[in-house]
Amino acid sequence: MLHRLTHMVSCKEATRLLSQAEDHRLSHIERIKLRLHLLACVACSRFSRQLALMREAVSRFRT
Amino acid sequence: MPYYSRLDPAEGTALDASDFTVELDRHRRYLLRVAQLQLRDAAAAEDVVQETLVAALSAREGFTGRSSVKTWLTGILKHKIVDAIRQKQRQPVVAASFDEETDLDDFDPLFKDNGAWQAPPADWGDPENALSRQEFMSVMEMCLERLPPNTARVFVMREVLELETEEICKELTITANNLWVILYRARMSLRECLERNWFSDPAHA
Repeated sequence: MLHRLTHMVSCKEATRLLSQAEDHRLSHIERIKLRLHLLACVACSRFSRQLALMREAVSRFRT
Repeated sequence: MPYYSRLDPAEGTALDASDFTVELDRHRRYLLRVAQLQLRDAAAAEDVVQETLVAALSAREGFTGRSSVKTWLTGILKHKIVDAIRQKQRQPVVAASFDEETDLDDFDPLFKDNGAWQAPPADWGDPENALSRQEFMSVMEMCLERLPPNTARVFVMREVLELETEEICKELTITANNLWVILYRARMSLRECLERNWFSDPAHA
């Protein structure tokens, strides 16, 4: 039951949403699905932190 | 004392043009790398960097020191690159080539049929360990250069030059959806490249 809640989106879909979140505001339902997925998924949580690191790296490249 | 504080108009000690030229020249290599990644054309990159430096020199009164010289130059370069893209688009268009790079299927091997990771991302450890290392920044640059040309161009416009997504779509005449796919692709490739070439080394994680 819990798995069904946290896996309304797959990892593939979650990575796509995480990338899009950097470029535009996700819809309310997308944000909820993504948040639930991240609660349960270690791999995608890592991916999310890696996106943040890459963004930070690019900003240091610039300044 | 940081260089820019000597330029603070309040102090009334703005550098003369020749000192300023020396300072600008220090950033030339960085500007060229960014322009080259974006335009993929050495001569065109030289041109926009030259224009950027000339514009910076003539606008040096306008430099307030609120940002670093490098950030300020990046801002000018952004406009020059947009100009260059506009000029290019008056010539025969390359837009069709974007199609090849907006195919999401390429990333299917990263995921199983049910959408789960084929090989989940590794633990990258403390971000500061990587970010504070010059070698890491070089690896990142190499990874950027390895991206497919149009993918790199879009990524540089978005993340390095910080153009708004609407502006990128307008300048490159691509749809928002295409743009997201290209940026997704860029980030996935960059992530894989960094993991393979930096974080897989136990000394780096």
